[in-house]
Amino acid sequence: MDFNTKFTPHTWPDHPEQATMEGKNKVVGFWIFLACEVVLFASLFATYLALKNKGPAGMEFTTQSLFELPLAFAMTMLLLTSSLTSVYAIYHMRNFNFKAMQTWFGITLLLGLGFLGLEIYEFYHYVHKGFTFDQSAFSTAFYSLVGTHGFHVTLGLVWISTLMIRNAKRGLNLYNAPKFFVAALYWHFIDVVWVFIFTVVYLMGVIG
Amino acid sequence: MSSHDTPIVAKSQAQYEYDRHHNAVHMRKQVVNFAIMIFFTFIAFAVVAADFSKYLIFPLILLLAGVQVVLQLYSFMHLEDKKTHFGGVIGFFMWMGILIAFTFFLAFLTIIWW
Repeated sequence: MDFNTKFTPHTWPDHPEQATMEGKNKVVGFWIFLACEVVLFASLFATYLALKNKGPAGMEFTTQSLFELPLAFAMTMLLLTSSLTSVYAIYHMRNFNFKAMQTWFGITLLLGLGFLGLEIYEFYHYVHKGFTFDQSAFSTAFYSLVGTHGFHVTLGLVWISTLMIRNAKRGLNLYNAPKFFVAALYWHFIDVVWVFIFTVVYLMGVIG
Repeated sequence: MSSHDTPIVAKSQAQYEYDRHHNAVHMRKQVVNFAIMIFFTFIAFAVVAADFSKYLIFPLILLLAGVQVVLQLYSFMHLEDKKTHFGGVIGFFMWMGILIAFTFFLAFLTIIWW
């Protein structure tokens, strides 16, 4: 299929992301990548749970003394909402509405940036208190887990913004529809991981 | 054009309007699912803030997280969509990933003596 075929809303396929062989392969391949990400994050979660609150004798840092619910709640709301806005972006992609899709992806980026800003603030705050990466087994496990998630958020922001800029003048076609779709999948996956982070790390950490 | 490609056909106006309406209805369902996720998040934070017994809180918030993840995967990530190609392959890999993930928790939290 010629990837540069021009479409109208009437000729745009119902599932543009899987309308071509490349699109079908891309979506399946990306899901297999996400399955590997599940394993990666599981190893980090398991390590964190095993090493939680463990460190040198007399260590003053515990999950209860460090974590604050309002900050975790704000971060959760930002990321959850950004997941919905990327659903809106894909909804408009399927309706062949390029401008609306770009707008919703733009809002997703802003919410993601807000989340990242709060995470940087949080890490800065902990490091200021002396809770550095190599302070204890607990701190290393914590920063590895939450930091790997933060790295994924950063990568997602770079990825989506690059896609938006690269295709700004091209409009929608069957070449870039699968690209936008898998970027949205990636963003949802970041949210899936965060659901477990706020539950297992922050909520269960505050209780002890 | 290969046999794997979807043929490009112009929809009739009636078909086009029907599909648009169908998409809009589907989007409303997504918003409802989002409302459920936000509601669950509120409950999870509220039970922790209310300081109930941790034997109530732990299973409850883990269950709420599990439901949220299923909603994300099947609704937001379109796994419930029967038209997704190779849905079986995707499901197989994801469930295998989850199975391996489970063995990590089992090993790190029960078998390894730290």
